[in-house]
Amino acid sequence: MDPITSFFHMGGYGAYVWPSFVITLVVLGALFANSLSFLRAGETALKELQDEDVATEDEASDEA
Amino acid sequence: MLHRFANPTRFLRLSAALLPWTAGLTLILLIAGLFLALFGSPADYQQGETVRIMYVHVPAAWMALFCYSCMAGASAVGLIWKHPLADMAAKATAPIGTCFTFLALVTGSLWGKPMWGAWWVWDARLTSVLILFFLYLGYMALHNAFDDPTRGARSAAILALVGFVNVPIIKFSVDWWNTLHQPSSVVKAGGPAIHPSMLTPLLLMGLAFTTYYLWVLLLRLRAEIVAGKVRAVRLRRAHG
Amino acid sequence: MKRKHRRLTFVFLGFLLVATAAALVLTAFEDNIVFFHSPTDVVEKKLPPDRRMRIGGLVEEGSVEKNVGEARVTFRITDLANTVKVTYRGLLPDLFREGQGVVAEGRLRDGIFHADEVLAKHDENYMPPEVADALKKSGKWKHLEEALGDAGPLKGETRK
Repeated sequence: MDPITSFFHMGGYGAYVWPSFVITLVVLGALFANSLSFLRAGETALKELQDEDVATEDEASDEA
Repeated sequence: MLHRFANPTRFLRLSAALLPWTAGLTLILLIAGLFLALFGSPADYQQGETVRIMYVHVPAAWMALFCYSCMAGASAVGLIWKHPLADMAAKATAPIGTCFTFLALVTGSLWGKPMWGAWWVWDARLTSVLILFFLYLGYMALHNAFDDPTRGARSAAILALVGFVNVPIIKFSVDWWNTLHQPSSVVKAGGPAIHPSMLTPLLLMGLAFTTYYLWVLLLRLRAEIVAGKVRAVRLRRAHG
Repeated sequence: MKRKHRRLTFVFLGFLLVATAAALVLTAFEDNIVFFHSPTDVVEKKLPPDRRMRIGGLVEEGSVEKNVGEARVTFRITDLANTVKVTYRGLLPDLFREGQGVVAEGRLRDGIFHADEVLAKHDENYMPPEVADALKKSGKWKHLEEALGDAGPLKGETRK
């Protein structure tokens, strides 16, 4: 067996070792992505609300 | 002193400075840890190559307990001293702890099948960790069960504190009762029972998971603060 | 300030109460929480025969006999004080070895434990094979086991 095949074979335990590492990276990556999109969504919503505030304040001053 | 850091605006500035450091440190430690775990460490004399599963399983289990302790501590501070940032820190920790507990359970199962001969057994260690997983889920569900976020935070904080009794039970389950799960190898009298060539990747992965927790915690805390601001603006509008 | 103190006492006392309750419950159900019984338990406690249970201990050195035709294996589980003879038909886990920890599930009939499931128990020692060989060769193996753990995998079983 060449070194690369034997590395993936993991002494016959590849079917247990590789899924462990893959699932760890997938879960940690997904949690990070979720946290980032949570933050971005909040920032976008806050910006929109602030822009609206500025717009309504302008309207109010126009009427006065 | 505490109030200085508990101020959300000051926290936003502090966390902005810390974020790139935690991100960089996590990536460096993770790459070094994974390299040693997969290439740079030997197979075990009994378990063969399955010993490599330990390098993600054990740090994930440590973090499951560490996150829960942080969550319970922050909940207590939020409950007693009414720090809004402490409540947010507890809420932000819950999903991270849930992920680590899930990983500890799944990778443990992947190790158990070839080594023990079973995916799952109902021994004291495995059962108490499964309860920890449900405590995290219950905490998050309770937090979202109320229309009033402060009431949700208070109920969830009480659950987190009650559930904290499970933490020493998990830690000492392997000493108090006979279990199929092996006792601790790293934290024990007389020094670790792990050869240095295996202890190094284990500790590196442990550090990587710790800085990952800090990194994602800072992100989620910022997100919670921003979400709080959005809620406040909407509320102000609704009431004119 | 006073309200804070009251909340602090309340949280502290509440936690103490919950912890005491948990300790009482766990002590009361201790027999159900233990995962397996030791051979000494089987001899001393006179556990009822024909009841499903688990016996754990070490696989006694030199006791494993494999009947290839029947795929049946017999071995003795020991806690260094007492032994129980086990017969089992099926696949053994990869960690099953003489001198290593094992947990067998099944029923005791006529002094022989008929297992329908055999699980291997791992100890807390991790090292590369070369290190293990070197230690065995230099005769430091026993010494190391004493230094590493309180008799390794036996710890759980002999504790009373």
